Amino acid sequence: MTPGPDCKPRLPRGVRLKHDAVRGEWLLLAPERVIKANPVAVAVIEKCDGVRSLSEIVDDLAQAYQAPRETIERDVTKLVSDLATKRMVDL
Amino acid sequence: MIAREAIPAPAGMLAELTHRCPLGCPYCSNPLELEKPASELDKATWKRVFSEAAEAGVLHVHLSGGEPCVRADIAELTAHCADVGLYTNLITSGVGLNRKLFDALVEARLDHIQLSLQDAEAASADRIAGYDGAFARKQEIAHWTVEAGLPLTINAVMHRANIARAARMVELAIELGARRVEVAHTQYYGWGLVNRAALMPSREETEIAVAAVEALRKKHDGVIVIDHVVPDYHARYPKACMSGWARRTFNVTPSGKVLPCHAAETIPGLEFWNVREKSVAEIWYGSPAFNAYRGVEWMKEPCRSCDRREIDFGGCRCQALALTGDACNTDPICEKSPLHAEIGSIAAIDAATGAQDYRYRRMNARA
Repeated sequence: MTPGPDCKPRLPRGVRLKHDAVRGEWLLLAPERVIKANPVAVAVIEKCDGVRSLSEIVDDLAQAYQAPRETIERDVTKLVSDLATKRMVDL
Repeated sequence: MIAREAIPAPAGMLAELTHRCPLGCPYCSNPLELEKPASELDKATWKRVFSEAAEAGVLHVHLSGGEPCVRADIAELTAHCADVGLYTNLITSGVGLNRKLFDALVEARLDHIQLSLQDAEAASADRIAGYDGAFARKQEIAHWTVEAGLPLTINAVMHRANIARAARMVELAIELGARRVEVAHTQYYGWGLVNRAALMPSREETEIAVAAVEALRKKHDGVIVIDHVVPDYHARYPKACMSGWARRTFNVTPSGKVLPCHAAETIPGLEFWNVREKSVAEIWYGSPAFNAYRGVEWMKEPCRSCDRREIDFGGCRCQALALTGDACNTDPICEKSPLHAEIGSIAAIDAATGAQDYRYRRMNARA
């Protein structure tokens, strides 16, 4: 599934981001799943609050990282799409 | 012996809070010798164990049993797990979970519910569970879960009596609003092994069911996550049991014994440590039972020189013991095992018996 620019992704109950002090890394926890989150993924996931649209998230990140909007849009769309397929993000 | 630095931190803990359960499923993963209520750890000890587990690196805690909801302190234990940062998964039959307790669990910040379903048809489901009305009760619990916004997993154990409806069970899970379904073909240990002749499906039935479930995976992509535990006895290579012995997870029994897996106590000569005497970290890194099959040093041929030895870790130690008499042997599910051919014959013979009667899992049933 491809998320559109107007969708407002959010983490459903039962999916959460956790900084794990024992392993020194960020993890996304879901039912029977643990996914390591790199700094970019953490930045995206933290913005999936059900309020901001995908397009607004891309704008924020493009500005924060001073990166081309198209590159950010492609990466964010892919990440959100992957997580939605795994039912770790609701659109 | 593996150096402590080479042992990864534990990621998961299965807390068997009690072996009491209203259901009698004939493939139950609990041992034949069920632990009595009087031997159960008290609330304060469980809380200490959960705190120690979180400190040692455990991420997910599976609140299981028996039926965990028969413990009067289940909501308080759940809240404690949430306080120490653990992700909580309640593994329940749904029977014994009333509205008041359900609300208390939601309030306690429970993260996820895994509900067992025995079949897609009520009469058959209740016969398998050995409990009249269980099927109807479960529908209600599923409804409450989804309504409360909690993620729901349906766990469906497959065997001869329900295998024709494997795909139907996935569809039922979707109708119930589950976000994830586990289609788990019966593993033959403990109760499952005792009931193998009444549970084993034929190879043909198995292949049809596996294909039907796999076809649904693509169709319902993004609607439901399908975790498919494929049948053992009809496979070429063994499963990477527990993702490798004492590599990721551990079990704590109702009385506090810490095991690398459900069936580990069937292996003679292993020394298990207890949370009443030692901390979770001490046990994870130092318990003789945990170190017995860590790494590859314990392996015999053909595992020892096999290029899959760190893919499937020689399969399952308990199954190797049960079927070959030596826990260090290659799991005979593996086609490289000299005993592999016998596994196919055992499965075929059991499937052809047509045995119907189960020995239900009950606390007073003797092994």
